[in-house]
Amino acid sequence: MRRVGIVSFAQLTSPRERRRNEVELVIPVVQEAVRASGIPKAEIGFTCSGSCDYLAGGPFSFVAGLDAVGAWPPIPESHVEADAAWALYEAWLVIRSGEADSALVYGFGKPSLGDVDEILGLQADPYTVAPLWPSATDLAAMAASAAIAAGVVDERQMAEAAAAARRAGLANPHAVVGEDVTAEELLARPVTRPPLRDADVAPVTDGSAAVVLAAEDLARRVCDRPVWITGIAHRIDTPSPGARDLTDVASARSAAAAAGVGDAPVDVAELSARHSHEVVLLRRALGVGSGTVVNPSGGALVADPVMSTGLIRIGEAAAAVRAGDAGRAVAHAASGPALQQNLVCVLEAD
Amino acid sequence: MTATSEGPAPEAPLVEHHVLEYPGGYTRSLGPALSAFFTGLRDGRLVGARTADGRVVVPPAEHDPRTAAPLGEWVEVGPAGTVTAWTWVANPKPGKHHLSGPFGFALVRPDGADTALVGVVDAGVPEVMSVGMRVAPRWARVRTGTIHDLEAWVPLADGAAPAPAPPNEAPEVGEEPVTRIVCPIRLEYEINAGIAPSRYLRGLAQRRIIGQRARDSDHVYVPPRGSDPMTGAPTEIEVEVGQTGTVTTFCITNIAGLSELAPPIPYVTAQVLLDGAATPWFGLVTGCDPTEVRMGMRVRAVWSEQAAPDARTLVGFEPTGEPDAPYEHWKDYA
Repeated sequence: MRRVGIVSFAQLTSPRERRRNEVELVIPVVQEAVRASGIPKAEIGFTCSGSCDYLAGGPFSFVAGLDAVGAWPPIPESHVEADAAWALYEAWLVIRSGEADSALVYGFGKPSLGDVDEILGLQADPYTVAPLWPSATDLAAMAASAAIAAGVVDERQMAEAAAAARRAGLANPHAVVGEDVTAEELLARPVTRPPLRDADVAPVTDGSAAVVLAAEDLARRVCDRPVWITGIAHRIDTPSPGARDLTDVASARSAAAAAGVGDAPVDVAELSARHSHEVVLLRRALGVGSGTVVNPSGGALVADPVMSTGLIRIGEAAAAVRAGDAGRAVAHAASGPALQQNLVCVLEAD
Repeated sequence: MTATSEGPAPEAPLVEHHVLEYPGGYTRSLGPALSAFFTGLRDGRLVGARTADGRVVVPPAEHDPRTAAPLGEWVEVGPAGTVTAWTWVANPKPGKHHLSGPFGFALVRPDGADTALVGVVDAGVPEVMSVGMRVAPRWARVRTGTIHDLEAWVPLADGAAPAPAPPNEAPEVGEEPVTRIVCPIRLEYEINAGIAPSRYLRGLAQRRIIGQRARDSDHVYVPPRGSDPMTGAPTEIEVEVGQTGTVTTFCITNIAGLSELAPPIPYVTAQVLLDGAATPWFGLVTGCDPTEVRMGMRVRAVWSEQAAPDARTLVGFEPTGEPDAPYEHWKDYA
């Protein structure tokens, strides 16, 4: 089957957007990604988006999002109620299968409108868990405590991951957090959500992202250095956090194996770790060692525009390959409580 | 692969409090496994499911999480258990968390089970919490078959026996299995209208109807959305459209109570193509008998007394008495 390349990427983040609505966050990234792709918008063969209506508390926000795309005459279009990395997966399948030669993928969300931590916690089992109202951070913090107790993660590793993210955030114009800080300094700060400190948790971030994909021939025509998706897979664990091993990320491990992460060295990995212990767990699950630069963008710990965070990991990893900073990169997206669902993508240039 | 720019210069955003709630809560049917679980909770027992390889899954599942084989052997576990993971909630949320003081969230593996339950631990202070700590249920005195029947886990001293569940003080509790639960969900938001809709709403406060013109055509979109829905291109040119228009299609509602905001039945809602606009907009038609409303009917805006940036400032439309617009004028919208 033919290869699929990433030919353009755009992102937008805002710590607490009060002027633009969700659709108005999508307009600039779609405009930019389509322009930079070199493919006329009318010729893009498929459109797929990722968003979550509960972020804004209104129905059919994904339909409103199409106002930012332009859907007349009618276009082939789809949507996932998930991070747009899963929309990219669907678009990749559509191009691989020959249904389209190109695709626009975008994600958007405004978590700042409500209590995103509470909303994402409602992804838990509605019978026995959600009525207790654990937040997404509560569930992640519990996973961190299990990992620490098992000796697979320690607080210093978490602080080092958080400090590295915050330092990287200073150089990333899309980061909403940036700080010249050491692990020692973070360890001296209070534990707020045991065992997590504030810096161990992703900041509330509004935003959007868009990627244009093209089949091999078209990608070569429009792009001087397309970045090929050479492996992509996603896996899911049981929704019951008490029925899986929270000291490992089995579904990320399985997705990484299916995507072929271990077939060759990885130069750069962009991981959707919303909590610092997840950086450590995901490194191990994906099998990326000390030779891999992890989250040069700072990752989700410095900008977490929910529903775009995973797509941005793919975009950032592709940008690193395209710029020649990495020969082979891995991007990871996550969904569900405590890394329940994981998508892994391998990116390479010629 | 570059950053994208900010939008045009700001006015103060229009923000409104928004509550997402299903009155009375969702009613969920339980199925055999969770029915056994919640019936057990009501009766002061913890119930799991035994798998073919002898593991015990709690809460019980209808199918083995590993093999998907159907499960149907319910077994009692606990009631004491061991914390396998925990965190601490220093500031409980009233109306959400059922304990009023600080508490722990934990995964608790009941004795005899191979999986853990999410639960709350009434431990007073976080220093008491640890992975490996022993806990026992504190049962609610009034138990109706919900997860809150196990009110909290409490620390269990070494060698101590867990306290049995007290007699159920719930009125009218029978022996019948629990087959459904009610789940109240309430989420609150501070919604902001966005740049283009805010311009529209501020226009309404001045009894003006403001749209935006497409960049690539003479289409004017009302209400404006900041982009051309045909092309996706940004729209920045504001245009005030007329306060008269044409009914393109309509609906007569004869059912009461569809919305708290609905007027008394029968009432008419219509799509109205305002003069100068390319897209029809939705509104009530008042000032005539519902049976008189028709496609092509000419109408004018009806304003409320309020001068607020609020969609309800434009109450609806009433007939102008002009001759109907010709079919050619509205056929593309019918």
